[in-house]
Amino acid sequence: MCLAVPALIKTIDGDEAEVDLGGVSRRASLMLTPEAEVGDYVLLHAGYAINIVDQSEAEETLSMLREMARLGEDSE
Amino acid sequence: MSDRILLAHGSGGRLAHELIEKVLVKPLSNPLLDRLDDSAVVPFSGRLAFTTDSYVVNPIFFPGGDIGKLAVCGTVNDLSMVGATPLYLSLAFIIEEGLLIEELERVLLSVQAAAREAQIQIVTGDTKVVNKGSADKLFVNTAGVGTVPEGIEISGSNARPGDKLILSGTIGDHGIAVLSQREGLGFATKLESDCAPLSGLVAEMMAVSRRIHSMRDPTRGGLATTLNEIAAQSKVGIRIEEEKVPVRDEVRGACEMLGIDPLYVANEGKLVALVHPADADAVLDKMRHHRYGKNAAIIGEVRPDHTGRVVMKTTLGASRIVDMLMGDPLPRIC
Amino acid sequence: MRLADDFRNSELAKGLIDGIRRTSTRKARLMEFCGGHTVAIMRHGIRQLLPPTIEMLSGPGCPVCVTGNADLDKTIALARIPGVILTTFGDMLKVPGSRSSLQEARAEGADVRMVYSTLDALQIARQNPSRQVVFLGVGFETTAPTVAASVLQADKEGVGNYFVLSLHKLCPPVIKAILDSGEIKISGLICPGHVSAVVGSQSWDFIARDYGIPCVVSGFEPLDILQSVHMLVSQVEKGEFKVEIAYRRGVSAEGNKRALEIMYQVFEPGAAAWRGVGTVAGSGLRLGKAYQRFDAEAAFEFDPGPTVEPKGCICGEVLRAVKTPQDCKLFRTVCTPANPVGPCMVSSEGSCAAYYLYEATDER
Repeated sequence: MCLAVPALIKTIDGDEAEVDLGGVSRRASLMLTPEAEVGDYVLLHAGYAINIVDQSEAEETLSMLREMARLGEDSE
Repeated sequence: MSDRILLAHGSGGRLAHELIEKVLVKPLSNPLLDRLDDSAVVPFSGRLAFTTDSYVVNPIFFPGGDIGKLAVCGTVNDLSMVGATPLYLSLAFIIEEGLLIEELERVLLSVQAAAREAQIQIVTGDTKVVNKGSADKLFVNTAGVGTVPEGIEISGSNARPGDKLILSGTIGDHGIAVLSQREGLGFATKLESDCAPLSGLVAEMMAVSRRIHSMRDPTRGGLATTLNEIAAQSKVGIRIEEEKVPVRDEVRGACEMLGIDPLYVANEGKLVALVHPADADAVLDKMRHHRYGKNAAIIGEVRPDHTGRVVMKTTLGASRIVDMLMGDPLPRIC
Repeated sequence: MRLADDFRNSELAKGLIDGIRRTSTRKARLMEFCGGHTVAIMRHGIRQLLPPTIEMLSGPGCPVCVTGNADLDKTIALARIPGVILTTFGDMLKVPGSRSSLQEARAEGADVRMVYSTLDALQIARQNPSRQVVFLGVGFETTAPTVAASVLQADKEGVGNYFVLSLHKLCPPVIKAILDSGEIKISGLICPGHVSAVVGSQSWDFIARDYGIPCVVSGFEPLDILQSVHMLVSQVEKGEFKVEIAYRRGVSAEGNKRALEIMYQVFEPGAAAWRGVGTVAGSGLRLGKAYQRFDAEAAFEFDPGPTVEPKGCICGEVLRAVKTPQDCKLFRTVCTPANPVGPCMVSSEGSCAAYYLYEATDER
């Protein structure tokens, strides 16, 4: 539930960050993710970063899905 | 002159005349307007296209335009959508007491620029001033007239099964540009409104095809609402493909963040044309060579089935209904 | 890597759909708890792409839908207090209470302002020191930490005119209540992705352990949902029941400890009324003792008036998944997004709204 979108941290100032979503930028609070760093993707929800996106997991998931699609094609 | 609009500026007296001459007429000056008669008298023959609109956009200045540019472009576009060559506009202002005259001057400069580009003349107008709180800074009303060439019947009720749907460019730019300025939403973007007069583009399109059956500019309610209107008026079904609809990254980003669907966001410089399939490629090509049609794309077609409904093939290949807008596309968090 | 687009890739979707079709032999009834998942599923037409062995049910995970009329009436009564600025997420504006809605109250003169974040509400409070700014706290564990953070911030700065009306709810207790009721039997649960980002997948362990129901934590892009369906179907076929995370890039087993800390620093669990389900112990959040001065219910005197439920509305049963929107006599006839009777139709995440907007009755 709840609309949260991945946003890229461009700059950090105290516990606020400037985040970017495809060219649109907004300030976001890092109070819930104090360990986030510039260059991280965070899940932006209602103006707060609620979690850091694990980019390596994202890559792994995509690889697995690509593998699955490839296997599917092979078996056709 | 004071630096703010006062109630006296609308009362018809000396102050009002000064305002009209210096601020309103001077930038728009043309022989008809300069007469300042109660009505402008113009020669006319052929079929008259006649439209009216009111503009209440808030804020009145937004990235890429302002209420003045919007008023001219919106009216010019309404005329263009029926295949008319826009000729004359009226311009009426309802001004909230206290508006900075300098802001009104800026709006008039935009009107001037837009009118020049669209090659239309503003020939008559009106000014009223209301008490503070009775209008949101500035409301603008227009009426526009133009001529429609013989044999041209472009209407929302003329779409025919087989027609291709051509969209002139990216959707959602205007709505998101305006939203970015609203208090309480606070996002920054280089995105500008796409506000533009489309009469030139339409003229080029009509030069390559006499089989443009319908045209509409998807303003309030967005592309989804416009397509539903046409489907209902023409009693046809419309099918579009999600992947073919061009959307800028910034619009996508803002829409995702706010939970809005770009299909429902207003545009002020785009059109959708329903064209006979044999002419579609030629029209598309012409559009792509025009400044306001660079990202034009064929996004779908008209069908004889599911009349009155718009169906979209999603990126996954499934089909879903695209309904009309219900109320405002409110940003949501859930 | 472009995070959102990559997880919409149609080739990879096809791979997943083929995988699901190959794997699924037994009937499986899967529930997506979260309203955001319902919308994503409808928007991308996912149900059409699944084999007939799979049935999808929509659960009560729409915080707007499960807010009862008594609570809605409180928000409207607060908005009407002179001097109050009622700040709220856009979702709540049009929801009809017993007699009115926040939108209507605004048209009648109440100062109701839509905000995207509590950050904006706090700013309004700072800029209007002579007014009282009440923030309407609606949402599950995804949102509650953000509201808690705003209370901590207000406390730190000494903002004395910021208040919260907490209607926040917790998911695990209500899932338990629904499963305990025995009204529906599901073969698998698609768990809410962003709630899980905060509370961790461990919060759903009890479902697999005590009810033998497979759970998969899912993201919201089409590939995420398809992947979750695939994983659930695989478990069902093997007779397994465990909690798995499909949304690995956003969710861990423990969740976001800091967010949970902040949430429980400001809020404490208590009983809450869920539309259609009734009162569920420990399923709501209210401001804890240390932060009582921020509690709008304590700070203001207001009378919400008698609670009236809309006649003929079966939102409650739709929320519990014992009925579908099509079962409701009012659906599409009287109750439409333009004229909603109950919250399931007006909420952007309500099942009825999703079915109305995206599903063709005459084409499938």
